Amino acid sequence: MNLKLKALKKSLWVYHVSSGSCNNCDIEILDLLTPRFDVERFGIILAGSPRHADVLLCTGIVNKKCVERVKEVYEQTPKPCVVVAVGACACSGGIFRDGYQMAGPLDKIIPVHVYIPGCPPKPEAIIAGIVKFLKELK
Amino acid sequence: MNIIYSFGWFIFSFVVLSIVGLFVGWIDRKITARIQWRVGPPWYQNFADFIKLTGKEVLIPEGSNKFIFIFSPVLAVIASTICGSIILLVLKNSFGFGGDLILFVYLLTIPSLSIILGGSSSGNVLASVGISRELKLLLSYELPFICGIIIPALKANSTTSLIEILKFQQVNGSNILSLSGVIGFVVILIASTGKLGVVPFDLSEAETEIAGGSLIEYSGILLGFYKLTKSILLVVVPVFIVILYLGGTSITGLGSFLIFVLKYLIVVILITLIRNTNPRLRIDQALKFFWGWLTLIGITGILISLSGV
Repeated sequence: MNLKLKALKKSLWVYHVSSGSCNNCDIEILDLLTPRFDVERFGIILAGSPRHADVLLCTGIVNKKCVERVKEVYEQTPKPCVVVAVGACACSGGIFRDGYQMAGPLDKIIPVHVYIPGCPPKPEAIIAGIVKFLKELK
Repeated sequence: MNIIYSFGWFIFSFVVLSIVGLFVGWIDRKITARIQWRVGPPWYQNFADFIKLTGKEVLIPEGSNKFIFIFSPVLAVIASTICGSIILLVLKNSFGFGGDLILFVYLLTIPSLSIILGGSSSGNVLASVGISRELKLLLSYELPFICGIIIPALKANSTTSLIEILKFQQVNGSNILSLSGVIGFVVILIASTGKLGVVPFDLSEAETEIAGGSLIEYSGILLGFYKLTKSILLVVVPVFIVILYLGGTSITGLGSFLIFVLKYLIVVILITLIRNTNPRLRIDQALKFFWGWLTLIGITGILISLSGV
């Protein structure tokens, strides 16, 4: 395993993409940064700009207005980057799958590496998903 | 000094400053985490961040000035390393000339100026907000910072040489042991938080409102260079304060070296505590604070030091 990949696994900077979510998954993501869960001990911090990010944490069904934005954010992120779909909506559409504004789920728009289901997923579930992915990453 | 020796010294000080700076950056983050009742990152965190950034893709935005966009982070690293190499030479007691204090003040503004250059070349709207804040902040913290530098220079018989200030303190005791020294130390400590761009004055790259500000378009190794500059400045500025105010021992043996490290860590921890107990100021509040109270206190300190206390 090379050094840069090792370093990438130890320092994931997260950009939070909310593409038409109901705000519930976003609250759970903010919970991750609180002292109780403290993801900074794994080197995970929230970045303000997609240019700084290694991980795109996407929530919500991708609605028709958001498609262009999600694609643009994905293109603005320097590669290698990881795309994580958080919540039932981003994974499969959830209860909004038949909605008139539905353009997703996320993996129709951009390549997705990790799916974390749940409505909303618990912070523990999000951490477990990321850790499982990091173990698989080679 | 011939040119090969000075180039070798530059490389040596770059390596030393980067390693020490990245490590001290971890101490800063760990203390922050403990204050917020968290566990905090492991000790190699900042090294991992930097190595990761070297492996990332570098994106150059369309419509930017490519040369300045790439050149300004390199300039920031070079300028901060030159500051650091002068400081290391002064600590070795081997080099110093009349006026290196003034040179040092000029060199310390170059990292801020290169952030302004890089941000303005990227052509981003939020970056332009960031650089306008950075410019105003640069103008505002320079005044109290210079007040804090004048006090030890006046105390050491109006010298402008760092090594003379250090030698004066070896004979007469640290500057902080006098009234004007205490005032000057407080002034320069608060002004240096502006210089380092840590929290009460980090409004030029406020992540929550302007998403990274002047650094918003930077990615990959170029962003890594800016992070490295911040780390190097985290060594250079506190060591500069130690030389100006907490001097008193020459760094020759192991014992005096450990005392020096202790003084340095005390200054870093004070800066960390300031950063953790204060919210971010608006730019008008920062300007009022720096040009108002802090400069007044600094000028008072200068007057007191002129009277010899």
